[in-house]
This record gives sequence, C-alpha cells and structure tokens, in this order.
Amino acid sequence: MPSQTDTEPAIRFDNVEKRFGDNVVLHDLNFSVAKGDRVTLIGPSGSGKTTILRLVMTLEEANGGYIYVDGEPLTHEERGGKRVELKEKHKNEVRKRIGMVFQQFNLFPNMTVMENLIEAPVHVLKMSKADAIEKAKGLLEKVGLSDKADAHPLELSGGQQQRVAVARALAMDPEILLLDEVTSALDPEIVGEVLNILRDVANETDITMLIVTHEMQFARDVSNRVLMFDGGKIVEESDPETMFTSPKEQRTRDFLSAVLGNN
Amino acid sequence: MGDNFDALIGALPMVGEGVWITVQLTIGGALLALVIAVALGLLARFKNVVLRGIARVIIEFFRGTSLVVQLFWFFFVMPQLGIELPAMFVGILALGLNYGAYGAEVVRGSINNVPSGQWEATTALSMSSTQRMWRIIFPQAWALMIPSLTNLLIQLLKGTAIVSFITLTDLTYATDKLRNSTDTFFAYGVSLLIYFLIAYVLTLIMNALEVQAKHKLGRGESLREALSFRTPRSADGKAGIS
Ligand SMILES: Nc1ncnc2c1ncn2[C@@H]1O[C@H](COP(=O)(O)OP(=O)(O)OP(=O)(O)O)[C@@H](O)[C@H]1O
Ligand SMILES: [Mg+2]
Repeated sequence: MPSQTDTEPAIRFDNVEKRFGDNVVLHDLNFSVAKGDRVTLIGPSGSGKTTILRLVMTLEEANGGYIYVDGEPLTHEERGGKRVELKEKHKNEVRKRIGMVFQQFNLFPNMTVMENLIEAPVHVLKMSKADAIEKAKGLLEKVGLSDKADAHPLELSGGQQQRVAVARALAMDPEILLLDEVTSALDPEIVGEVLNILRDVANETDITMLIVTHEMQFARDVSNRVLMFDGGKIVEESDPETMFTSPKEQRTRDFLSAVLGNN
Repeated sequence: MGDNFDALIGALPMVGEGVWITVQLTIGGALLALVIAVALGLLARFKNVVLRGIARVIIEFFRGTSLVVQLFWFFFVMPQLGIELPAMFVGILALGLNYGAYGAEVVRGSINNVPSGQWEATTALSMSSTQRMWRIIFPQAWALMIPSLTNLLIQLLKGTAIVSFITLTDLTYATDKLRNSTDTFFAYGVSLLIYFLIAYVLTLIMNALEVQAKHKLGRGESLREALSFRTPRSADGKAGIS
C-alpha cells in the first residue's frame, strides 16, 4: 500500500463521472481536499453536492474516473490502462477513515444511544467494550447528552438525535467527516445546537470536513474553502469571505441572493 | 345432547391425542418454515445470480405446487425410491417447505422495507455485510414481518388438517371419529372450537412477540404494559398501538 504521506490530499477526484441512467450528474470532475481542510459545497438543488459526498462514502459508485483517499484509490484503480474495481476488503479498509452524518440522522432504532455509539467501534474496530463505552461517554458529554445514554433514539428530539449521530460518527475516529445538510430536517430553533457542536468539532480536531449546507453563516465560520457547484461542475472556488461577499460569477451571485433572500 | 357430551368424554383421550398431533405438526412445521423462510429470503437477496436463482426456483416450486401433492410425494413416492420417512417427519417437512417458501417472500420483502438510511448508516460505519444484516437490518425487519408471519402461521395450522391422508391421527381425524358416536353438528362444533382456540393462542403469542419487537425499536409500550386484549395489527406498524 502506498504510504499515507501528508503531502497527499485527503480526498482527490480524478476525472470522476457519475450518471443516473442517461442523466450525467458529474462529468470529468476534478478537485481535491487537503488534509485538515474544511470545504463547503454550495450550489442549487440538483447540482450534485450530495452525489459527491455519497461517492466518497461509497454509497454510490462512479461510472468513470478515480477517487483517492489519502492517495489510495477508494473503489477503483487504474491497472494497465484499465479501470479495475477493488476488492470489498480494500474498500472497507479505506472506508474506515471516513465518517458521515446524514440529514435524517439514521440512528439504529433497535439499539439504545450507548449501543449506537459502541456498535461499530466494538464490532468493526475491535475495540474492547469497556474502552468503547468510556469513549462514548466522553462523546456524549461533548454533545451534551450524558443523561441519554440508555434512551432509545426515537425518544429523542431531532436535534438530540442528530447530536448522537455526530457522536456516533466521531466514535470511529474518522480522518474525514462528511456532513450532508445535517440541519435541514430540524426545526429552526434547534439548528443552532447541532451547528455549535460541529463548530467545536472543527475547532478542537484536525478532521478533514466536506460539508454541504444552506447555513451560510456556519459555512463561513467553519470552512476555509467554498466550492460553488452548478450542473455538476465547479463554477467558482474561493475562501468563504470572498465567496459570500464578492463572488466573481453571476451564477454564484444569483444563487447566493436566492438563498440569502429566503433566509 | 347429553349423549353427545357423554360420547365426547369417552372420546377425550382420542381427541386429546389428535390435538397433540396437530400442535406438534404446527409447532414443528412453523419452526422449520421459519428457518427455511429466513434462509431462502436471505438467499433471494444475494447479488450472485446462481445463489439467487436457486432460492427463486425453490420458492416458486414449493409455492406453486400444492401441499397435498408434496405430502403424497414425500410419503408415498419417496419410499418407492428407497427413502422411507416417518409420517410425522413428512408432515413437518412438507408444512415447513411449503410455508417456508411463502415466508421467504415475507422475509425478503421486510428486509427490503428497512429504510435505506439504515443500510447507508452501516456502510458509513464500515460494518461488514454479516454485521449489517444480523445486528442492524434483521432486527428491524423482524418487527415488520411478524404480522404476515402470524397470518402464515394460522394458515399452517389449518394446513395441518390434511395430514390424516398420510396416516396421522390429528384433530381432524379425531373429529371424524367423534362423528361416529355424536351428531355431525356437534363433532364439527367441537373441532371448530378447538382449532379456533389453538389459533387464538398462537395469535396472542405472535402479538406478544410483535409488541416486544416494536418496543425494542422504541415504538410502543412494553409487553407488560400491553397485556390486554387486542386485535391483530396491520403490517404497516402504525395501527394498533399508539
Ligand atoms: N438515486 C438517484 N437516482 C436517480 N437520479 C439521482 C439519484 N440521486 C441523485 N440523482 C440526480 O442527480 C442529480 C444531483 O443530485 P444531488 O442529490 O447530488 O443534488 P444536490 O446538489 O445534493 O441537490 P439538493 O440541494 O437538492 O440536495 C439530480 O439531478 C438528481 O435528480
Ligand atoms: Mg443534496
């Protein structure tokens, strides 16, 4: 296996193509995310933001091109000029470095909060149960839900469920964290409680983050780069300050005024 | 009428034995059917075309041929091929295969009905496909499949009535005998009542299982709270408990 040097980007898309039937969603997409970067993807509905995150999480499979994580191919690699699919075992090894928080939380309803948090550390990372519980307790404290360890997910509010989901992803010690509109399913008054926790995560760790959000203030606070997508292509790319105050492209201006106007 | 009851009391040991055979067939058949249903239901979801194909052929074959024919085949044809099987074994085998094939579709459907977000969360946590199925997906699918499995179980109970064809002296056989010493109305009345009682007990047990399964998913009351008379609930998991 290639060494994971710090010079390799955390994520690299190399001519990635993604189609759903005849619908070409991403065409020859190239971009990379450096280690420790916090990159926010913005763009109109259907521009392919979720698809990009799902490709990195291997929830979707690209139709062409290559995705590299720490310089290692994720699902396919080039061998003798051919695009070859990698073994499930390899995919799963690389996948362990990536965590994702979903819009709909997706906690396991057949388990308590604590069981949700220790399930993968114990059964995937083979951590001892005692260590996993110890760690989970720390994470629950961090997300302010120490008293909910024995609760069932469906007994929690949406905001609480999402905080548990963030803790569950962090329990795996991911190098990369993918956040897809993690507050869109929440009532406006509890969006803040989730975003504040994510701000803390951003401040206190060096986890690489790939974020899709409509919360522009949050994007400004945590990200160091913003990519504006339209039709599966990067329209504009800059630091958040420039993107949100003086975007160069008309399409970005239109999009931002529509989003901010709705707020 | 008094004669009827005297005759019934005289026939009690026979009726009791009939009930016992029917219960054995039902429980044995149901357990075998459950194992077969889960095995075939999982196999039918495999990506591998061969494995999936095998499952489909078995499912369609046992769903598509009648229970009576299967029973006859195992009991009367197999011996001609040199395979002699005890009647009770054949009864359980035929019931298990037949209802297992129906159950396989229930299992497969319920697994497919576990929300895609649950599958995706297991991928995001790098779980293996075995861990995913047994620790996350199946426990949730289980709660979904119980109402349909209850229906199949009651059908299986009724299906046991044909085993007197293969020399088993089950409840239906005992009823027939009872008819000799009582009037037909009475004998079938008793039979109806006993089948109903067995079905009712089975339904209660299945309902308890369902309440427990749902409670485990954080939906609805615990079994203790739920111990009251209730009608079977629909498969969508919404009706019934609130
Ligand atoms: N499973 C799927 N099957 C078919 N088409 C899909 C599927 N998932 C996404 N698409 C299509 O891919 C395109 C990009 O979708 P994607 O969800 O990535 O957009 P998005 O930028 O996340 O949009 P939104 O802001 O609405 O979440 C859309 O045209 C969508 O219809
Ligand atoms: Mg999206």
